[in-house]
Amino acid sequence: MLKQIEGSHGVAEAVALCRPEVICAYPITPQTHIVEDLGVLVKSGKLTNCEYINVESEFAALSVGIGSSAAGARTYTATASQGILFMAEAVYNASGLGLPIVMTVGNRSIGAPINIWNDQTDSMSMRDAGWIQLFVEDNQQAVDIHIQAFKIAEKLSLPVMVCMDGFILTHAIEGIDVPEQKQVDKFLPPFVPRQVLDPEDPISIGAMVGPEAFTEVRYIAHQKQKEALKLIPQINEEFKKIFGRDSGGLISTSNTEGADTVIVTLGSVIGTIEEALDEQDEKIGALTIRSFRPFPLEEIRSALKNAKRVVVFEKCFAVGIGGIVANNVRMAMSGTNIPVYEVIGGLGGRPIIRKSLHKLFKDAVNDKLENVTFLDLKKDVVDRELEREKQLIQSGSVAENVLRDGGVVNAAKTT
Amino acid sequence: MLPKLLNGRRILSHQQVKFYQTGTLTVGNRLLDAEQRTVQATIDRSNSLDSGHRACQGCGEALGARYAIDSAMRATNNKLIAANATGCLEVFTTPYPESSWTMPWIHSLFGNAAAIGTGIAAAMKVKGKEDVRVIAQGGDGGTTDIGFGCLSGMFERNDDVLYICYDNQGYMNTGVQRSSATPGGARTATTMPVGPEPGADFDKGKNVPLIAMAHDIPYVATASIDRLHDLEAKVTKAMSIRGARYIQIFVPCPLGWGSAPAQTVNLARLAVESGIWPLFEGENGEITSVTKIRKKVPVEEYLKPQRRFAHVVKNPETLNVVQEIADRNIRKFGLLEEQE
Repeated sequence: MLKQIEGSHGVAEAVALCRPEVICAYPITPQTHIVEDLGVLVKSGKLTNCEYINVESEFAALSVGIGSSAAGARTYTATASQGILFMAEAVYNASGLGLPIVMTVGNRSIGAPINIWNDQTDSMSMRDAGWIQLFVEDNQQAVDIHIQAFKIAEKLSLPVMVCMDGFILTHAIEGIDVPEQKQVDKFLPPFVPRQVLDPEDPISIGAMVGPEAFTEVRYIAHQKQKEALKLIPQINEEFKKIFGRDSGGLISTSNTEGADTVIVTLGSVIGTIEEALDEQDEKIGALTIRSFRPFPLEEIRSALKNAKRVVVFEKCFAVGIGGIVANNVRMAMSGTNIPVYEVIGGLGGRPIIRKSLHKLFKDAVNDKLENVTFLDLKKDVVDRELEREKQLIQSGSVAENVLRDGGVVNAAKTT
Repeated sequence: MLPKLLNGRRILSHQQVKFYQTGTLTVGNRLLDAEQRTVQATIDRSNSLDSGHRACQGCGEALGARYAIDSAMRATNNKLIAANATGCLEVFTTPYPESSWTMPWIHSLFGNAAAIGTGIAAAMKVKGKEDVRVIAQGGDGGTTDIGFGCLSGMFERNDDVLYICYDNQGYMNTGVQRSSATPGGARTATTMPVGPEPGADFDKGKNVPLIAMAHDIPYVATASIDRLHDLEAKVTKAMSIRGARYIQIFVPCPLGWGSAPAQTVNLARLAVESGIWPLFEGENGEITSVTKIRKKVPVEEYLKPQRRFAHVVKNPETLNVVQEIADRNIRKFGLLEEQE
């Protein structure tokens, strides 16, 4: 049914349609509305046969989830930013134990300096934790991918993280086709755990593994991610048959055929980029990575093989080296001579504006891009702060100085 | 003394026992009601923590866990799931493909056993299997330090989990470091007996049984492996109650304490009889029973067999500080008969 609702509400409804048995709720912006809305659905009796637990931290949220999933209950939680770092130990544990928990990440930056706005640093910090990571473009996809996520997770016995841009998607109200319960029931069978805590058949879960087998266990985790490369498109096809919508599988492309330049990105920013591209004369294609883990090396390589240059636009970066997504894309392009440029933008919620994108596209097409570009970086402010640090030993807080210098804080400028 | 013994004394939390022989400190099974007799003495005990594990000789934790879990198994008709924190108990009972656990058992992390318990209990509830009960367990490090947040959360939500802390007063699995359950004066690898104030600082640490009671949870108890029957009774009682429950068991560690393995049970007894380890039960935030000291001993007797306190025993001043702590416990909990 078509509804005009907030992204978070759409996700809550989608999760509820999947008949979760345990939901762990802990507030962190910008994910909070999702668990709030699920709380209403449980308390009002619309979502039955579900334990909704207000936990005391994100570490507890996922730990309770590990317990409930290991005991055979379909389990859901949501987090963001500092929250995913606080639960980091449990993030690795959930995948190591092979527990098919589904978790939404309302993508947000990580501090310090504390910042509540959108980028994708949080999900990226857990990219090697053994979870499936699916990034969505819009709220329809957010709804659809959550429903697919439970199926992917339970088929592989692996946890799935659905990553949606904080505020831009979580707080945006737009038209969403919310599926019917009978459609979801047809698509998603009840959860049958691979192993379960049961007094009738006692097993030990989570015991120690030494050097004699650890490599093999980790290798199998890697193999399971490779299996997911086949499974994700299959499940998307199954979904398409029942719901009549395509969520794109591993990647989606637009105008990549015959394009010399292809922009590669993740998440909702593709909407902004495509709009800016429409206003552009040059033929530039775009590729969106839906599945960041597993990383679809073959699909990306094949989609980009005829390009003259690739520009990766990402809302995160690995401090000390550069783009995270770009480095992964480079791996897909290894052996080719196609240059991969990195553009880092939208950090901590900085708006990605049309004018900047147009200049970026122009520079890209004319091969004027640096290897790494920080979109709309205020270079003069940065240079002055670096100079201050050279001059003064006790130069103070970088974050505060930059804000004062930028004139955002209407106070005396630091000299 | 004689008339008191003949009148019978409350030396067990669960049953008034009349001594027929004077001077004995042992309560035989035959003196108890049939349903109160020890779980370990029955052939149908579950052996949930089975033999063949790798605990050190004289391990107090292995003894405590065996009695606690078998009692909980009997109380739940063998419908029990255990969540275990990282630590000695986890390490010496596994690794794959070996396991001493003949019951469903999960280890996740060091600091989340209570939360894992919450999750399992939630799953049982939602699946309509509320006859399957849950215990979470860990050492004092996994409970009073790194697992404290999850423990407090489980308490305040009154989740249907019995949490058992095996308290050996330090991080023994990692090589005997100080925890917030380490007593003042004790030598550990991070509180060495050097400098003007050797060993662990006095006036630090926390009393988690009392903190548990401050959550107003239905049942809290302390226990000691010198009186396993009492331990069994407390676990059995805990399993008869729904909601969050907590038992902290005093389990001497020969390796960490520098004591002879044969002294483990004796040290546990001396800790109780000196007032160092008060035995009490609390229900809904109020203390409901206290085990009286039968024959008070000076703390020196408890400290002396332990190398971790060698420097404390040598110094009359610090010895006196420990004695004052014990005396304060005796006053605070009313551990001596005379004070009633």
